[in-house]
Amino acid sequence: MIKAILIFNNHGKPRLSKFYEHYSEDTEQQIIRETFHLVSKRDENVCNFLEGGMLIGGSENKLIYRHYATLYFVFCVDSSESGLGILDLIQVFVETLDKCFENVCELDLIFHVDKVHNILAEMVMGGMVLETNMNEIITQVDAQNKMEKSEAGIAGAPARAVSAVKNMNLPEMPRNINIGDISIKVPNLPSFK
Amino acid sequence: MALKIVKGSIDRMFDKNLQDLVRGIRNHKEDEAKYISTCIDEIKQELKQDNIAVKSNAVCKLTYLQMLGYDVSWAAFNIVEVMSSSKFTYKRIGYLAASQCFHESTDVIMLTTNQIRKDLSSPNQYDTGVALTGLSCFVTPDLARDLANDIMTLMSHTKPYIRKKAVLIMYKVFLKYPESLRPAFPRMKEKLEDPDPGVQSAAVNVICELARRNPKNYLSLAPLFFKLMTSSTNNWVLIKIIKLFGALTPLEPRLGKKLIEPLTNLIHSTSAMSLLYECVNTVIAVLISLSSGMPNHSASIQLCVQKLRILIEDSDQNLKYLGLLAMSKILKTHPKSVQSHKDLILQCLDDKDESIRLRALDLLYGMVSKKNLMEIVKKLMLHVDKAEGTTYRDELLTKIIDICSQSNYQYITNFEWYISILVELTRLEGTRHGHLIASQMLDVAIRVKAIRAFAVAQMATLLDNAHLLTGNTQHSGICEVLYAAAWICGEFSEHLEDPMATLEAMLRPKVATLPGHIQAVYVQNAAKLFSTVLCSQEGAPADSKVAQETSQLLIDRLPVFVQSDNLEVQERASCILQLVKYIQKLQQKDVEVAEEVTALFAGELNPVAPKAQKKVPVPEGLDLDAWINEPPSGSESEDEGRKTKGKAVFAKEESRHTKPRYTEVDEKELAKRREVRKAEQANNPFYIKASPSSQKVYQEAVGVEHIPVVQIDLSVPLKVPGMPMSDQYVKLEEERREKNKADRKKKDKKKRREKGRQRRGDSGPESEEDITPAHMVDIVTEEMPENALPSDDDDKDPNDPHKALNIDLDKPLADSEKKLPVRTHRPDEVLKSPIEDVEGLEVTSEPKKKSGKEKKDKERKKGKEKKKKKHKQEEGEDLMEAGSEEPVQSKVTNDVAAQPPASTPEEAAAVTDDPPASTPDAGSGVAAVVPDSEPEETKSSKHKKKKQKKEKDKKKKHHHHHHSDGVREESVQNGTVEDEEPLPPMSNYALLAENSYIKMVCDIQGNLHDGSQVVVSVIFENKCDSFIKSMEFNVMDSLNSKLQRPEGAGPHDSLTVPFHLPPGISNEARFIFSVQSIVMPQKLKGTLTFIVKTEDSSTHEKLDFKLHFTCTSYLITTPCYSDAYAKLLESGDLKGSSLKLEGINQPFHHLLARICFHHHFSVVERIDSCASMYSRSIQGHHVCLLVKTADQTVSIDAKCDEPGLLRNVLDEIKLTFSQC
Repeated sequence: MIKAILIFNNHGKPRLSKFYEHYSEDTEQQIIRETFHLVSKRDENVCNFLEGGMLIGGSENKLIYRHYATLYFVFCVDSSESGLGILDLIQVFVETLDKCFENVCELDLIFHVDKVHNILAEMVMGGMVLETNMNEIITQVDAQNKMEKSEAGIAGAPARAVSAVKNMNLPEMPRNINIGDISIKVPNLPSFK
Repeated sequence: MALKIVKGSIDRMFDKNLQDLVRGIRNHKEDEAKYISTCIDEIKQELKQDNIAVKSNAVCKLTYLQMLGYDVSWAAFNIVEVMSSSKFTYKRIGYLAASQCFHESTDVIMLTTNQIRKDLSSPNQYDTGVALTGLSCFVTPDLARDLANDIMTLMSHTKPYIRKKAVLIMYKVFLKYPESLRPAFPRMKEKLEDPDPGVQSAAVNVICELARRNPKNYLSLAPLFFKLMTSSTNNWVLIKIIKLFGALTPLEPRLGKKLIEPLTNLIHSTSAMSLLYECVNTVIAVLISLSSGMPNHSASIQLCVQKLRILIEDSDQNLKYLGLLAMSKILKTHPKSVQSHKDLILQCLDDKDESIRLRALDLLYGMVSKKNLMEIVKKLMLHVDKAEGTTYRDELLTKIIDICSQSNYQYITNFEWYISILVELTRLEGTRHGHLIASQMLDVAIRVKAIRAFAVAQMATLLDNAHLLTGNTQHSGICEVLYAAAWICGEFSEHLEDPMATLEAMLRPKVATLPGHIQAVYVQNAAKLFSTVLCSQEGAPADSKVAQETSQLLIDRLPVFVQSDNLEVQERASCILQLVKYIQKLQQKDVEVAEEVTALFAGELNPVAPKAQKKVPVPEGLDLDAWINEPPSGSESEDEGRKTKGKAVFAKEESRHTKPRYTEVDEKELAKRREVRKAEQANNPFYIKASPSSQKVYQEAVGVEHIPVVQIDLSVPLKVPGMPMSDQYVKLEEERREKNKADRKKKDKKKRREKGRQRRGDSGPESEEDITPAHMVDIVTEEMPENALPSDDDDKDPNDPHKALNIDLDKPLADSEKKLPVRTHRPDEVLKSPIEDVEGLEVTSEPKKKSGKEKKDKERKKGKEKKKKKHKQEEGEDLMEAGSEEPVQSKVTNDVAAQPPASTPEEAAAVTDDPPASTPDAGSGVAAVVPDSEPEETKSSKHKKKKQKKEKDKKKKHHHHHHSDGVREESVQNGTVEDEEPLPPMSNYALLAENSYIKMVCDIQGNLHDGSQVVVSVIFENKCDSFIKSMEFNVMDSLNSKLQRPEGAGPHDSLTVPFHLPPGISNEARFIFSVQSIVMPQKLKGTLTFIVKTEDSSTHEKLDFKLHFTCTSYLITTPCYSDAYAKLLESGDLKGSSLKLEGINQPFHHLLARICFHHHFSVVERIDSCASMYSRSIQGHHVCLLVKTADQTVSIDAKCDEPGLLRNVLDEIKLTFSQC
């Protein structure tokens, strides 16, 4: 079982948090902080497994993470999950994000956390892995987005226009912030299909 | 109207959306909290608007804020509103928000059941998908119970996308509602061979998760998994299966033998490292399980260890980590094979990666021997000094202690060295493990007698340097050590070199800053020291002045403790202070007191095993649950409770229970047992007798040679400059070993090893034998009570949710189990939004279609047969289908009717007793289980509508009909349900009638699909000790309302209740009534006749009841959107009426929940203390309410197109509130 999935950046700002067990909001924030603290002090070339922090389940659980450019993707899992398998799953997740957002970068996650949740929901459900085939995930996500678009119809058009105008007028356009891209192509990955 | 919509969407464009919110937060970095609070205010405004788009936008933003740590539970109701939107876009937003912030105690969850059920059966697969995903995050026991059937149906959905989600979510359902496991399992098993790989993978996932917790129940699936393993190409599935086999092999070694070959093949063929690793892992598990039976598999283990070595030597840190992890598994059973790789593991201790170091530490545990323990610990101590984080350092600390203390200090040859290691560890700043070090010190000092002198000296130094430990309050963890130090110095004070100095150190004013429990020990042990000092001083009469000075020291210093705010410290201090004052008086009179004072603390304390108390066997003939004295009457027991509460400060509550327990054993028995115990102790070499004489005997037996070989300088300072102290002992130990070797060569002939502890140490490596421990220490085994019960179940967690899932799945399903024992609270209504009606866009949802189809089926009997075949594979689980066909149904009912007497009472009790524990209305004590429950609409469709004119009561008659449970009744209401409790536990079931044999409670609900039908669910509960059978239910029809009877039955015939009731069991049956006019409430008289069967006789009994069909029971909860609602009110077709309720002092949301629950309304919109509500009757009347509250007064303005109905509904609402 996957207990929690966390994405935060190099400064510990949460970009997505998904807990498959209930915690209060305060505890959730504490867990994020603790996890960030554990993960961030690790060097680049160490292993991707980490004994769980105190808050989230203790020794029974493991943290499995990957660091992409500015973002940490952390999965907290129990002993029934295969460590290397979860690493591959993270890779699939990030590659899926890359496909869905077209060259995903941190900003996509910042502004579209709902979409990220929807993508994640097609991969992991209630803490169990639902789908690992990237094409299948993308097909389902696209189909749902299409439905959403058709529902918005004409009524959605003005809103989209306004949103575009808003983006234009603002001096701080998200893409202008240079946070760098997430480098997706990680070498030497054990392939997983 | 159209204009309104356009206007709405233009407004909406300028609302802040999620992106704007995020952008805003980023622009307000300095005053983020303030900005967010204004945003939340905006969101609150948006939530008040009618427009669902605005609402969902607001909810979307809330979801984001939730991630940032803001509590958004206040918007739970709005989230439910967004979830129930008909548009996928909004629905998805709603479900996402719900999945992020709903949990078991969210009270609005109970309002979502029907919405979720509707979404699950939506024709749009993504509606279903989104509902399943959401549900997986917030499923509660109630939801699980109510929706288990719907989800089970989805497991056979045509779309694999739905199937796989439904299969996965079943795991959550099982966890929350364990009763569903057995009935659902056959289908779950089927899904292992689903044509779609995704579904298959999901099923494997679920079963593996289940099997991991209770592997033995799943052994029978091994062949199936074996087949999957050899055929599947999906690595996820393979990994899961292989992991599962790892869990199964320990239970079935034969399985292991079969596995080796395919696993080896996989290892050779796969390119995926993850799969390869899991294969190796399982091979290890197999080998371990095999070798436990046959010892000669060590070659294979060696092979595995070699493979793992390759992994550990890999440059990839992940593989290194996993290699070590797998290695530790082998270590548990085959320590020797791992020991040969000590070099590699020690090397990993120096790795820069903490995870790897921790894993290597785990392995060290098995690496140590007498020979290398000191060397390894020395290395660890170096790491302790270097360690940067406290977590890793604490880990090191516990590991050092673990390694040294394992199997009764087996590997320690020199306890002086160990004590000095412990003392060194106290220098760690900020460790959390002070108590661990302390307990080690105590343990060693108590159990290793030879070391006491040394330990006491060390502890005295520690006490003297206490300021080093407590210098900073932050380090409070370590001051626990002082607890041990003070106790050891006090208890073994005879070994102290300068007790006076230590006494002084223990009474320094600074001690008062230590935690209370430590101070208490200080005070107590100061008294012990005092007695020792007196002893030494009184010997020489010249010193009497000194002795008096000592007393004066105590009298001066103790008052600080007398003022302590800690009760324990205060009590001990004042007690001892008085004692010392008295002693001083005696001293002034030149009376010798030392001996008497010493007597206060005489006697030896022996260690007791930690679990000893628990393992004391219950003496034969002692019933712990029996009353010793009959319980006192209520008022007295209350008094007593109060008294003991007051005492609890001094004695824990348990002591109250244990004391009287033992009084029951009589004196004779006690004496006898004492004899037995003494005899046993005499024969037990490890038992240390309390009397000094026996101790001497023991020491003599050990022999003079075992006195420490090395002379220790007791005045070793805490820190030796330049070199840590423990190193000295390493050196000394080496010298000693050298010397020993030389000695042994000399007395070669004599060399015969004495009996002792080394025997246990023989498992060590070859050179081990050459090392003699420095002390022939008598490690005392902890005392255990005689006849201690061997039990290993002490460690099981009683709260583990998986315990409930330990269910035998191989036992064939009983007929009654084939269906989920679901207790439906209400008929499966298909919710319709009134918009759809108003606009004439009748959306026929799936179940409705089905029921229509089934009606046709019924007419064409052949079609029926075909259909039956089609669903045959579903084993009758598909309730909707099965229930709709007469032959199937009657068969089922017969089975059910026959089943309960056949099954043992326990079994029946197990089935029926469990669910109420989780039902909210368990308070009524009704075990409401419907083994043959059927969704309502199928039943209603079964019978033709009967419309009959109103009529006055007919005479009672008892006719017996054998008929299934498909009986209809007329609608009634149950707003009169007693509901004194606050929100969560509300019950729709109202008491119908009761006598000493049986209790009937009922719930009456309208049937949405048939405007003329009402369903009455009656729960029958057997209250007596006898079997109740042949229950027949009859009601006197009125012109307006008639009990639906099977075709061919007379109008006065009664219906047979399709089950028997064993004692204490309850069960539910449904009756259908046809009703013509729903404007008026109505009461129907009825009778239940039954036979009470005792062992030797059976009697006919009857119970009269009155069914009250209220107008509320003709209403059906129907959600309504605010725009449609507005339209409805504007239309002007509705007539108004109003109601005022005074003195209502419950929270507004409780009030609303009550109206929703008891009167079947749904909230359309709520703004502060004002809410609009909607409901619809089974005949399509709209009922609208506007509820306002102010100062305990609730005013309800209502509108309805049928004034009579409205008036009655309002009266009933009034009644509901007057009753609470």
